[in-house]
Amino acid sequence: MNKKMIAALGCGALAASMMTMTAMAGEDVITVGYAQVGHESDWRTANTQNYQDVFSAENGFDLQLVDCDNDNAAQLEAVRNFISQQLDYIIIAPIQSAGWDTVLQEAQDAGIPVIIADREIEADASLYDAWVGTNTTNEGITAGNWLAETLDGAEANILTIEGSVGASATLGRTDGFAQVAADHSEWTLLDSQSGDFTQAGGQEVMESFIKSYEGQFNVVICQNDNEAYGAMDAMDAAGITYGVDGDVILISFDATHDGLQYTLDGKINCNVECNPIQAETVKGVIEKMQAGEEFETTTLVEDQAFVAPGITSEYATTMTDEVLAGRAY
Amino acid sequence: MSSIRSLTKKRLFLPIFSMLLVMLINVIYDVACGNPPLGFFVITIKNAVLYGRLIDVLNRGSEIAILAIGMTLVVSSSAGTDISVGSVMSLYAGVCCMTLAGFGEVNVSQYANPLLLGIGAGLLVTCICGLFNGFLVAYMNIQPMVATLILWSAGRAIGLLLCNSQIVYVRVPSFQKLGAYTGFMPTPIIVAAICIAIAAVILRFTALGTYIQSVGINKKASRIAGFNSAKIILLCYVICGLCAGLAGMVATSRIYSADTNNIGLNMELDAILAVALGGNSLGGGKFNLAGSIIGAYTIQAITTTLYSMGVSSAQAPVFKAVVVIIIVVIQAEPVKEYFKKVSSKRAAVKEATKA
Repeated sequence: MNKKMIAALGCGALAASMMTMTAMAGEDVITVGYAQVGHESDWRTANTQNYQDVFSAENGFDLQLVDCDNDNAAQLEAVRNFISQQLDYIIIAPIQSAGWDTVLQEAQDAGIPVIIADREIEADASLYDAWVGTNTTNEGITAGNWLAETLDGAEANILTIEGSVGASATLGRTDGFAQVAADHSEWTLLDSQSGDFTQAGGQEVMESFIKSYEGQFNVVICQNDNEAYGAMDAMDAAGITYGVDGDVILISFDATHDGLQYTLDGKINCNVECNPIQAETVKGVIEKMQAGEEFETTTLVEDQAFVAPGITSEYATTMTDEVLAGRAY
Repeated sequence: MSSIRSLTKKRLFLPIFSMLLVMLINVIYDVACGNPPLGFFVITIKNAVLYGRLIDVLNRGSEIAILAIGMTLVVSSSAGTDISVGSVMSLYAGVCCMTLAGFGEVNVSQYANPLLLGIGAGLLVTCICGLFNGFLVAYMNIQPMVATLILWSAGRAIGLLLCNSQIVYVRVPSFQKLGAYTGFMPTPIIVAAICIAIAAVILRFTALGTYIQSVGINKKASRIAGFNSAKIILLCYVICGLCAGLAGMVATSRIYSADTNNIGLNMELDAILAVALGGNSLGGGKFNLAGSIIGAYTIQAITTTLYSMGVSSAQAPVFKAVVVIIIVVIQAEPVKEYFKKVSSKRAAVKEATKA
């Protein structure tokens, strides 16, 4: 019974929100469609919230946000819907990087500017108008640079818990770190396995690493915060110490609120951000397009890195309570 | 010789043989790498808890083993599979963590409601899911895969709704206990052992097992013989829902959070595979619970083996597929027939030479 009620409520809410959308769409309102990936992580939720805040009615926008639930077909459908509704601008955070040519061509034929956000796309640059996002390769490089600075020539035996196989964040972070590692012959990349960006995955992979490389590793790199929590669980269970006061240097990516809390507590040595606050930059591009001015076709949103208290680095900000309190997500 | 032959005729021979085969890969690998050859089987105590690859297999395989119990009964009675179990696990996570944390909270360090209420609410909801599936299959005569497809997609979605689409953390030690350690033993192993023991006792000492097989072999004949076939199928689905809830309980406590997007993801396929690896026909009828359980741990042994060999994550699925193909082919009827023929021929030759 409960399920039915929730479903009914859901339908009601959807209908209500659609009605308000149509009601708000006045004359000089800029209509924007955003085909969002889904809601798979805290990061994504923060990204969605950011778009809703920036493209608000007060700012003169009518945002149609479609949560595509990690379904590629649903996302293509959503974009086609935007085209048939003749919206002013379309923003896509592509779930898959390939297979966009046809629908991008359709948008171009309809004369609607398309902005690719957050992730990379494999399509001819002439098919879309601008790209705004973060560069995951740079994040990998930042992590590598920080590690080089901290170790200062000391040996490193490195284990990597990768993200989902084939995800752009996995590829970029691996590649960026490998670029730095190539310059350090004293570093050994012992092993890398996928933890699927989840805590359970991080636990299982770390459990296995501990057995395969008992006493041989001193650096663990987790390609997102959830995996880092899992790695911490596994190391706790095996009695291995990590973090600022521990034997193992722990590096993580994402810098979510919980992740930074662990960094502040000294359990994660370095946490490299992947900034979800991108809507302001996209809005800047759209405003320039609207005014007919020149605009940047590719804009990088700045990422930062954070290190635990007691560490100072030229590549990263040292965590304090104020830094954590001042975070937007 | 004759003792070996009689051993190979045992029903559980092939499932156990398959599991040993998987573990043998580790021995060969360790020898090739110059590691101690039985490194995979060594169990020690480290940091006051059991430690070793075998423990990992038993620990991480708990969820699949628990799911395999319910799936075996469902397959046997209704000749179909319940593909909603992974999604129902995730729904358990959503209900349990939402109850314990309070709606809208994402990170709590103390309970909003007692622990038992959270677990109870979660298990109750998963039993209702089983009831729903069972009703559609037993009374509406909908094909099992179609009937359970509804909760396969909706279960996870409802879980996400309950958690506001976020990962809800319940950072209380007593909540983590079910996924961590009790004394020196990983708690999931204990939970799985209790579930298996209860199922085994019920099936051994009541007629339920016979009823289920009878319904699976011929639903109509069973009804004419006086069994309430629909009720028995319904019961199997409820048990399957309960098992999904218990597996969800372990998975949730492991990460002390409701990661509704990922808990139990694709696990229905592992559960179905476990039943098949256990030598059970997916066409229903006779079943072998012990086989399914061994099948479940075989799947986990493959995963753990791939980790221990350091197979890169991009190639791992291919290795897994090759191992599964080998195991399934070994158990296939034509292959069994072939070996039977070969051995009987050999016996005949022996007889002839003797004479």
